[in-house]
Amino acid sequence: MTTARRTNVSAVGVFLAVLFAMTALLSLATGAFRIPLGDLLRIIVDGPARDTVDSIAHDVFWQVRLPRVVLAVVVGASLAVAGVLMQGIFRNPLAEPATVGVSAGAAVGAVLAIIVGLNQLPLGVQVAAFLGGTLSTALVYVLSRTDGKTEVVTLILTGIAINAFAGAVIGFAVFVADDDEIRSVTFWSLGTLGLATWKAVGVVIPLAIVGLVASVGFSRVLDTLALGDRSASHLGIKVERVRLQAIAVVGLLASSAVAATGMIAFVGLLVPHIMRLVLGPRHRHLLWTSAVLGASVTLLADLAARTLLSPAELPLGVVTALIGAPFFLLLLRSTRRSQGGWA
Amino acid sequence: MSTSLSARNVRVVRNGAVLLDDVSLEARAGELVAVLGPNGAGKSTLLGAIAGDFPLSSGAVEINGRSLADYAPRELARSRAVLPQQITISFPFTVREIVAMGRGPWLDDNDDERIAAALQRMDVVTLANRTYQTLSVGEQARVSMARVLAQDTPLLLLDEPTAVLDIGQQERFLAIARSLVDEGRAVVAVLHDLNVAMRYATNVVVLHEGRCVASGTPQTVLTPALLSNVYHQKIQVTTTADGRAVILPEHH
Repeated sequence: MTTARRTNVSAVGVFLAVLFAMTALLSLATGAFRIPLGDLLRIIVDGPARDTVDSIAHDVFWQVRLPRVVLAVVVGASLAVAGVLMQGIFRNPLAEPATVGVSAGAAVGAVLAIIVGLNQLPLGVQVAAFLGGTLSTALVYVLSRTDGKTEVVTLILTGIAINAFAGAVIGFAVFVADDDEIRSVTFWSLGTLGLATWKAVGVVIPLAIVGLVASVGFSRVLDTLALGDRSASHLGIKVERVRLQAIAVVGLLASSAVAATGMIAFVGLLVPHIMRLVLGPRHRHLLWTSAVLGASVTLLADLAARTLLSPAELPLGVVTALIGAPFFLLLLRSTRRSQGGWA
Repeated sequence: MSTSLSARNVRVVRNGAVLLDDVSLEARAGELVAVLGPNGAGKSTLLGAIAGDFPLSSGAVEINGRSLADYAPRELARSRAVLPQQITISFPFTVREIVAMGRGPWLDDNDDERIAAALQRMDVVTLANRTYQTLSVGEQARVSMARVLAQDTPLLLLDEPTAVLDIGQQERFLAIARSLVDEGRAVVAVLHDLNVAMRYATNVVVLHEGRCVASGTPQTVLTPALLSNVYHQKIQVTTTADGRAVILPEHH
């Protein structure tokens, strides 16, 4: 008798909370300028206005580390939750903002803005990235629908086409760009948290919070969608309307994340996978645990990006893909074995 | 729990092909209505039309005297449940979780009790913690039916519910269907097995090439002449020693 393996939710919650706290503290303490843990805690207790430790450590913490950590948390959580939503609404574990081309669309927006010179404007690139992401979300939705239904295979193929197109646009941009612009374009297409400022954080946080809160409302409906569109509609769910709403939320989460940090690969794909293996597929738990794990994973990846080749900084997307791709292949194999593969 | 279903002069045209033309069907509380006919006759299309899956080209479907279009989705989901022919479930949900999805239109204090009763009735209690994907086809069919039962509706629409069951499971399933009818529910089922229809159906509707060629009690409708004509196969109806009618293809 093969009973489904499920880990207790409370245990997972405690583990994730500890993991998150530790990675956050480690990220705040570690870097080109090291802050000892004792000093770190005193700086936090002192608050931004007071300084009883060391003025450099104080400034590094409040102006460099903390906004960077906050941004990593918000972006990581957003990407992971966007992945959960997308996989749920399209009933496919391969759907995520990157595979269907939403992230690439946002990156194209950013890259075009850099080439045109919009990066001179405050937040010009971020706004362009957000528009690019939203536009490609709408495009994916429209193109992958036939007869009022969205077919998963069409969706994935549409994503391949959009990704190829985006790759070409970014390639062309690199071709015509000067050296400065190329550096900037590279960071957008590979992702970085190095641009984290309180201003950037202030723009992303409200969008992310709206998206994250909205996602909670989809949990039961996403469970039921696993039965297929037809059975879900027999249970009283307005399938296409829900799908449209959820895609809007995905567009919001993914576009704002990419707008703040560029493309960060694999978080949206991998994190929901891991949580589904641990907890099972119920979205009520999948959503918040993925948010916490997504935040922790992004923090860890960023820590690696800025310390492995210090003082040089690796693009974050390079780190997540280097670790994420092999790990994902392993996951694919074990998922196939334990769940009998996907239709 | 009184319920009535009435489909009148239903016509369904898709991509220029007439799938159903002028088909009518009635089902009241306490009735099991079987939809029969050869492959491609339009049985599943009729069930889909009754379920409200797509708009009709013409005709009307009413539940309790109200057109389907006048129902809010949730209200309709409390009025009728649908068992599709086959279900693939995209994530590794457990049997209990899947049956619990049937409570979606309700979400009330009765949920736990109804889920337990549905698991019990379909004899899948011991499978409750297994994932759907690891079950045999017959087990999956019973789990899907348990989900439909958890929805606790006065009208049930079942598309070939016994197709993948062995003869023992089939008999147990039909006993359950009969008990549902005895509780005052109405059941409309697409069936392939004519003998099953003969023994269990209150009324049958026979479709052929998208049209209704006969309807009424199985004893009056399922005649050798009609069946031989519809199935393009000489068919005889004989009576067993204990007086039951049995439908058999004739030898060549």
